[in-house]
Amino acid sequence: MTLKTYFSNIFSTIRSLLKGMRRTGYYFTHHKEIITQQYPEYKPPLPERFRGEVVMPHNADNEHKCTGCTACELACPNGTIKIVTKQEINAAGKKKKALDTFVYHLELCTMCNLCIVACPTDAIEMAQSFEHSVFDRNSLIKTLNEPGSKLEEGIE
Amino acid sequence: MLEEIGKTEEGDLIINIGPQHPSTHGVLHLVITLNGETVKKVEPHLGYIHRSIEKMSESLSYRQFIYATSRMDYLSSHINNHGCALCVEQGLEVEIPERAQVIRVLMGELTRIASHVLWWGALAMDVGAITPFFHAFRERELLNDLMEETCGARLTMNYMVPGGVMFDLHPNFQRRVHEFISMFKSKIGEYDELVTNNAIFINRMKGVGYISREDAISYGCSGPVARASGVSCDIRKLYPYDIYGKVQLEEVLDDGGDCYARYIVRMKEMQQSLSVIEQLIDNIPSGDHMAKTKAVLKLPKGEYYSRVETARGEFGVYIVSEGKMTPYRIKYRSPGFSNLSAIDHMARGQKIGDLVAIMGSLDLVIPDIDR
Repeated sequence: MTLKTYFSNIFSTIRSLLKGMRRTGYYFTHHKEIITQQYPEYKPPLPERFRGEVVMPHNADNEHKCTGCTACELACPNGTIKIVTKQEINAAGKKKKALDTFVYHLELCTMCNLCIVACPTDAIEMAQSFEHSVFDRNSLIKTLNEPGSKLEEGIE
Repeated sequence: MLEEIGKTEEGDLIINIGPQHPSTHGVLHLVITLNGETVKKVEPHLGYIHRSIEKMSESLSYRQFIYATSRMDYLSSHINNHGCALCVEQGLEVEIPERAQVIRVLMGELTRIASHVLWWGALAMDVGAITPFFHAFRERELLNDLMEETCGARLTMNYMVPGGVMFDLHPNFQRRVHEFISMFKSKIGEYDELVTNNAIFINRMKGVGYISREDAISYGCSGPVARASGVSCDIRKLYPYDIYGKVQLEEVLDDGGDCYARYIVRMKEMQQSLSVIEQLIDNIPSGDHMAKTKAVLKLPKGEYYSRVETARGEFGVYIVSEGKMTPYRIKYRSPGFSNLSAIDHMARGQKIGDLVAIMGSLDLVIPDIDR
């Protein structure tokens, strides 16, 4: 190695390092380009399709759309959903299968969205909540239909 | 000569790297035999994150088993889902709408960029630079937001289903991808400034972890690892699936065979992916995003195989069906497993400090290796 290449190596090394340092220095002095979010104080809005947990929306008269057909239970890969049905006598005096309890195991759920796609009446949907940590595992087992709720009129 | 090096002699030092070591990117356990600082042998021990996904899939239906593949190679979960969906469609013989095909390819290429960006940051951190890691996560965050808006998830997507994609694109999708493209083009220049042209980085990567073309083939390497040794193995180019046959795509090849060649191949692949996205983003055909399929999917009796190019290499799905609701057997060919098997060959005779650079350049994702 000649003396010339020795020194040119040193200079090219220093130049490449300074180039990188210039980039780092740029961000050091441009605070507006810092994108850190202060999470617990500031919560960014989540998109409406975000999959947080399965919920069953109820209308103002405490009515849901679930017929208890168990399509979601069959679609679930993990056995997250258990549906208990009961026999009910409807207005026409006929015996009919109706939803008793919709048990949802949040601790088993992988948010794959297959149950939502499978539901023929759009009775369940994904909520945007994501802070699910609790101290007791049993409180993750949820009943999605509210007490005293019944099926909405006109849904088969 | 190589057999001589492989033998353990008196005075050799045996060291465990992992399973809880930050530079192994997961629970990889390497048992290395050292002579002084020179690596004599590397023995990967697997199984720390084995979840038996293949066996589990045998009791799941053809719609259900796909969600688990997002959890294998979690950095290219879209592409894993894509491979499975293709294999099921092959058995069902359904025609996929063109819109769904374009969406799939777009999502796949965005995933590839996200995966390579993360690899870039992690590799730079492995060889001693912390700043690039944060730069990489900044860009990946935008891609995650963009996918979250359309798919509803940031990492484990389960977006591609047999017959098409689960939802249609979000109305904001095209605008945000355009924003991303214009932003990311300037950032690639930034990456070169920070890392690619850095003299220390080049010294750590050049000539380290060499693997020849013949050895890369016999170890079954695929993806950027094989392409950096001059093996033409891009599934998108050789066996085009979905819309890949119609887009302009250049296969990135390099004959360096060392860590730096693998680095350069991945950096150029990011630009190739950008060009594919640019070709497709303004030409998304209108129409349905999903083909009509039966409520219960049953594959005819037989064997089906499909393969896709993930960010790490060739991902294969092999399904044996007996005509029932669930598959008889599912086998995945994961790129990480074969790429890891070459680590012993690459690291022999190198210094122990180079081992971390070799691991980084292989872009290992451990859940993909163990499944």
